[in-house]
Amino acid sequence: MRMFGVSSEHIMPITLTVNGKAHTLDVEPEMPLLWALRETIGLTGTKFGCGIAACGVCTVHLDGRPVRSCVLPISAADGKTVTTIEGLAPDGVLSKVQQAWIAHQVPQCGYCQSGMIMAVAALLAATPKPTDADIDAGLTNICRCGTFARVRAAIHDVANSTDGSAS
Amino acid sequence: MNKWSRRAFIGAGTVAGGGFLLGVAGFTFAPSRHSLVSADAAAKGQLTTWITITPDNMIDILIPHCEMGQGASTALAMMAAEELEADWSLVRVQEAPAEDAYANGYIIRAMGGGYVPAMLGRGVDYGAYKAMEWIGLMVTGGSTSVRGTGEWGMRVAGAAAKEMLVAAAAKQWNVPASECVAKSSRITHAASGKSATYGELAPAAATESVPTSPTLKNPDTFTIRRTSAQRLDLPSKVDGSAVYAIDFTMPGMLYAALAIAPVQGGKLVAVDTAPADAMPGVKKVVKLDEAVAVVADSFWRARRALAALKPEFSDAGHGAVSTDSIFAAFDQALGPAPAVPKNAARTITADYRAPFLAHATMEPMVCTARVEGAGAETLAEVWAGVQDPLNARSVAAKALGTDVHNVRLTNFMLGGGFGRRLPFTFDYVDLGVRVAKAMSPIPVKTIWTRENDLQHDYYRGAALSRHAGALDANGTPLAAHSNYTGGGNDEAVFMPYKIAEMAAEGKKAPHAIREGQWRSVLNSQHGFFKESFIDEMAHAAGKDPFEFRRGLVTEQPRFKAALEKAASMSGWGTPLPPGEGRGIAVCDSFGTICAEVVHVAVSPEGQLKVLNVYAAIDCGDVINLDGATAQAEGGIIFALSAALLSEITIDKGQVVQTNFRDYPMIHIADAPKITTAFIRSDAPLGGLGEPPVPPLAPALCNAIFAATGVRVRELPIRKTSLKKA
Repeated sequence: MRMFGVSSEHIMPITLTVNGKAHTLDVEPEMPLLWALRETIGLTGTKFGCGIAACGVCTVHLDGRPVRSCVLPISAADGKTVTTIEGLAPDGVLSKVQQAWIAHQVPQCGYCQSGMIMAVAALLAATPKPTDADIDAGLTNICRCGTFARVRAAIHDVANSTDGSAS
Repeated sequence: MNKWSRRAFIGAGTVAGGGFLLGVAGFTFAPSRHSLVSADAAAKGQLTTWITITPDNMIDILIPHCEMGQGASTALAMMAAEELEADWSLVRVQEAPAEDAYANGYIIRAMGGGYVPAMLGRGVDYGAYKAMEWIGLMVTGGSTSVRGTGEWGMRVAGAAAKEMLVAAAAKQWNVPASECVAKSSRITHAASGKSATYGELAPAAATESVPTSPTLKNPDTFTIRRTSAQRLDLPSKVDGSAVYAIDFTMPGMLYAALAIAPVQGGKLVAVDTAPADAMPGVKKVVKLDEAVAVVADSFWRARRALAALKPEFSDAGHGAVSTDSIFAAFDQALGPAPAVPKNAARTITADYRAPFLAHATMEPMVCTARVEGAGAETLAEVWAGVQDPLNARSVAAKALGTDVHNVRLTNFMLGGGFGRRLPFTFDYVDLGVRVAKAMSPIPVKTIWTRENDLQHDYYRGAALSRHAGALDANGTPLAAHSNYTGGGNDEAVFMPYKIAEMAAEGKKAPHAIREGQWRSVLNSQHGFFKESFIDEMAHAAGKDPFEFRRGLVTEQPRFKAALEKAASMSGWGTPLPPGEGRGIAVCDSFGTICAEVVHVAVSPEGQLKVLNVYAAIDCGDVINLDGATAQAEGGIIFALSAALLSEITIDKGQVVQTNFRDYPMIHIADAPKITTAFIRSDAPLGGLGEPPVPPLAPALCNAIFAATGVRVRELPIRKTSLKKA
């Protein structure tokens, strides 16, 4: 873990667990979780796209719920558990969502797909057999390459797999 | 895809460990095109495509194009592997380094010189033309990767390597080469029962002379091409391990956030740096000619400190420019509608309007640089995502006042390109290296915010097009003319229709907004103009829009086939419920003909739902079927998002839009079902990254007219009320 040796009266230690590993960070409490993940902890799979929670490329799970980390202050993650795209296949075995992404050849440029996969994993955790309407309502991530049809097909594939679990 | 380390490869030879590598100079295998490359091309090491076979029987293919999601690396590798008779599961790809030796421009020039003009007898298409202008660069654009590098480089390289392997085997076994069979990365001689892998034969093959005109496979015997291969770059894109320019990091690196003069051409007049200087983590406030940068130990801190500054910029005299002023000038430049024959039974006129558009790649512009030394002795390393590493390297060298060979540039997978990262639009590299120079020798990563990106793009040009058409008493078109602003070319304005009088004339109305290449370039505006107008002519003639077009392309079999395929896929002509409609359009761009039918539903309140898009595409032949399908799907969604929602507007010389809140994109809920069919014709390979874009907007607006009677003549569609007319 890299830490910045800065001194500021605003800084207080933040403790959080990321992909099963505990971290204590000395950063400003208002620093967005995204930048703590990318620059302080060094997990760059989570991307920066807009900084205003509009595109979803920064989506991670906070205590299992999807959040857009570009606007979430790190203080809101204090004492909590964060899962990023790197944590979705902890033992190198791809999750069902990731496997479906390969099977359907979903990504093009791939930049939005970390966030897309995390959003879909959360959607399926909450709604294991989503209808098209559930997908439309629950997934608002932007993909400029236009992979939406494959995203939808891959989601249904995971939902229709034998045990229905997305992990 | 791993990056290749910096090495110099010339000609065929062995590599450490006994492997075999083959460099192919495209002209060697296209002797009739000698005149198209400089005579000393070989001496200068103008080598492009490379195949390396390692002792463990793996095949490494070096790709002189960037990977931005278009799947070019996989398709190009398939073209080489097909001719090489390789075992596809043993093939790996790497992107070529940013070195002069890997310039691909001359190969595309060879394509333009000998190949493209035959297509429709109306000259070289725009993508190939631009790529030819960029000779000496290593560009990925103009939909040229497969039809240029693949057809003129990769196939030849694969075939040559196979012949060398066969020759080596024949010598070792003392048998005729003609009796040796290459298949699945192995040479076999049936009569003697001898057999060896490519890896085993590679050291001997490397000593064989390089054949000057290897025999290419008969397409009927293809076993790798035309199949659906899994993209080689995808595994890293589902587990977060893919490295984009924004992910690059190195010890001691600092981060910069930028405020750029909001009016293009404006300069930094003054800035009080004190508020930022005092903030935590800030290392320096860097004043540049047209921008101010805050450099800090994290990007967030840099950005926060930048927000505390109130820089003053000049407006370069463009402070009064607005969207309205630009379109007023367009209107004036166009003048009256073009004249049509006086004996016509019916004349129609229409104006169409297309807005400025941003590329909005999901990965914003990023440039990391480390600069050492000064003056002509300046050395620099640059890490960026670009569609042309050689031009980007030149931009960096020029900004630093040093020779290009003092700059080393590392490219990355791109988080979207769409034309934003093409030659002559590398302002982000220029700014990035100047910030790093101010911090020399500390490496600095300059990250553009979405606001920087949307407000400092090289925009798809706005345009106005004024059309006039004439029909005789039977509804047969006599004339279709247009005057347009915003630029055009023969390809973009071309209509395949047999109409006695057809002319399109560009009018100049210059403005201060900088423009660039946007996926499908000028075809993106002109496809909308011409295919909307021909639809209006069909309705004026009282004819079915598909049948009307079909009747005008009887001498253009590729257009006819594409129109018929799209129509039949869509169930054209079968009844639809009230409020639903179908629209059709066909465009030719980058050597590919693409017809699309869009099926929409519009509620009585004017709420639009795009239900289906059917695309029939003749790109000659398909390399990676699934990859080609993905490009069609992606192009259609890209075009749909723009047609429905996108508009960059100008006020006081500045771009108004700031982020995805006011420059929105469609979501999965808005994405129609897309059905794609490829037509295999005898035509030379066409492009695929761009051709599915131009027909979408006109087909969609034509469908809206069919559903509602409302004719949309201005994009984006959201600006027009779709309540039934």
